[in-house]
Amino acid sequence: MDLSLIIMQLLSGIALGAVLVITALGLTIVFGMLGVVNFAHGALFMIGAYAGLYLASLTGSFWWGLLLAPILIGAFGMLIEFVLIRRLYGRSIDDPLLLTFGLSYILVEGVRIVFGSDGIPFPTPPQLIGVLDLGIGFFPRYRLFVIALVAVVLLVLWLTLEKTRVGLIVRAGARDPTIMQVLGVDIGRVWLAIFGLGVGLAALGGVLAGPMRSVNPEMGSLVLAEAFVVTVIGGLGSIVGAVVAGLMVGISISMVALFAPEMATIVMFALMAIVLLIRPQGLFGVRGRTA
Amino acid sequence: MPKSGSTSKITRRTALAGLSAGAALLAMPRLGRAADETIRIGFPTPLTGPFAAEARDQVKCAELAVKLVNDKGGIGGRKVELLVRDDKLNAGEAATRTLELIEKDKVHAVVGALSSAVQLAVNEVTRARGVIYVSISQSDTINEAKDFSKYTFHEALNPHMTTAAVARQTLKKGMKVAHLVADYAYGHEMLRGFKRAQAAIGADNVGEILHPFGAADYSTFMPRLMSMRPDVLCISNFGRDQANSIKQAVDFGVKQQMKIVVPVILHNQRLAVGPDVFEGVVGGANYYWGLEGQSKSAASFNAAFKAANGGAIPTDYGAYGYSGVGSLLAAMQAAGGTDTDKVVDALEKLQYDLTKGPQHYRKCDHQSVQSVLVLESKKKSAMAGDNDLFAVLANDAGSDDMLRSCSELGHAT
Repeated sequence: MDLSLIIMQLLSGIALGAVLVITALGLTIVFGMLGVVNFAHGALFMIGAYAGLYLASLTGSFWWGLLLAPILIGAFGMLIEFVLIRRLYGRSIDDPLLLTFGLSYILVEGVRIVFGSDGIPFPTPPQLIGVLDLGIGFFPRYRLFVIALVAVVLLVLWLTLEKTRVGLIVRAGARDPTIMQVLGVDIGRVWLAIFGLGVGLAALGGVLAGPMRSVNPEMGSLVLAEAFVVTVIGGLGSIVGAVVAGLMVGISISMVALFAPEMATIVMFALMAIVLLIRPQGLFGVRGRTA
Repeated sequence: MPKSGSTSKITRRTALAGLSAGAALLAMPRLGRAADETIRIGFPTPLTGPFAAEARDQVKCAELAVKLVNDKGGIGGRKVELLVRDDKLNAGEAATRTLELIEKDKVHAVVGALSSAVQLAVNEVTRARGVIYVSISQSDTINEAKDFSKYTFHEALNPHMTTAAVARQTLKKGMKVAHLVADYAYGHEMLRGFKRAQAAIGADNVGEILHPFGAADYSTFMPRLMSMRPDVLCISNFGRDQANSIKQAVDFGVKQQMKIVVPVILHNQRLAVGPDVFEGVVGGANYYWGLEGQSKSAASFNAAFKAANGGAIPTDYGAYGYSGVGSLLAAMQAAGGTDTDKVVDALEKLQYDLTKGPQHYRKCDHQSVQSVLVLESKKKSAMAGDNDLFAVLANDAGSDDMLRSCSELGHAT
């Protein structure tokens, strides 16, 4: 097997991993900091794709859709937190889980009613159509853009959490909300922002995936499963874990596709099973954590 | 513990609800028998799930076929009623719904199903109870002797017919062909059809890649497909898999290197990804509304559909709903009622022309012998309107030679 093919395959895996990272990230942040398992994450990913498509056609530019959809859907996420999720903090973990599970059905049906159950085309932005000659082969420009954008988002997120005052409050709030309240921090606002961020990231993933897949009401269900697998492998609540596991899963799928393509989907679950056997808390998870 | 107490309360309530539902179910057949005047046709189809768009078109067209017969006074004075059920693209669900249709609703025949596995489940139930079933799924395993019964009819095209017609238009001797195939019955049947056709033409197979059914991402298959350097890439999958795989192949620049060919080109999926992505893709079809220029039956089918659906045009899978129900009703008309043996007899003798030209059910396996279209997706600038999707490359008239022989399918000859 020639080397350039293996390198191209590796690149496909990284691009695939980038989308997995961005979708798993929102899920893991919301779980890690709020203890909420958001089953509506996939539906919000799908809503993000629709919002991006709608805004792009309204403004005539993909870039406005890419910028505005995550903000808008993130705000919608805050509304969900404020009206629904907030009432369930402190209860057992399955209460918000059931709530978001039900919510996902409402969102999917809502989109079916408004936009129909057929797929809708999401055109690739004109600047990114076509392939780039890498010397060893051709690779779609759009997928290279996705890798770069995800890297930038990760960097910004990391800097915000590690290097700013807001990040400090968020990290402290995740560890001990009571102390934070005693210190005079309005922890409710922090949780609101966190949930909005998680949902915004789901929407961003949806917009990014739009031009690679057709947009349809069911596009989120598979993504939810993938995001959960990545989160479990990386360790529930771990941001670094989501990044490492996302890339690991993407590359594994791609490499397996080279030798046994029909196994490409199963490899992800096999990987999860192995990790759970050897390290039940996930690669970067904390042992015994139940949120 | 208060918690377990509340749980057991819910269980009790659920049990009661289940019991009363069961009782209602037992009482139902008595009600069903009362109205014996109408002719009832069961119609299981996947109204929810990834093939929902195709299924909805099937229902609209099936309803149209029923309406046209009722408008003319029904069959022997009896009105026809269509009982649509959602099979959820699930074999178990389909079997349950079909059983209900037969036992509870007392249907006189069943038409429908879209997926190969669901079709088998429906056939299993109808066969065991001696009820006529007209399948409109593009998989023909039920025509093979082991699953066949005299009550089983297959209105849709089959993999052998479509792949042969598409291969004739796109493959030449010495060409290199690669395959991307959905890893389930439908994909495997299409692959078998293509390989048989390419062997007859003298084209070379350079590789096959099986992909998981329902995959959202195909990027990981592309570098290897491109490294095979084929002249033609045959993509054998269905529904959204077709839209996603073609879209991503185009993103990788596959079309600059090779031609993309599919066994069945889908109207709804072409709409779902747009003209630029599908431009130049060639595939088979049972029906295309644009046939109306060449075929009188297509023109009148289009007109009737438009009148009933606010000016919309019928799609490929919709046409199956129309011809599947339509041929059955025509046979009931000829048999003068719903007596199963007489209707089976009438279906075997029936010559019908509902959407695109003459059709008949072959005697040995009840496969509908019909024309096969080969379509090419148009460039955006060449489209005369929003519905002008395809150019008709070929319209092969139906003949027994298109089908695998009766003995190959295991039928006594």
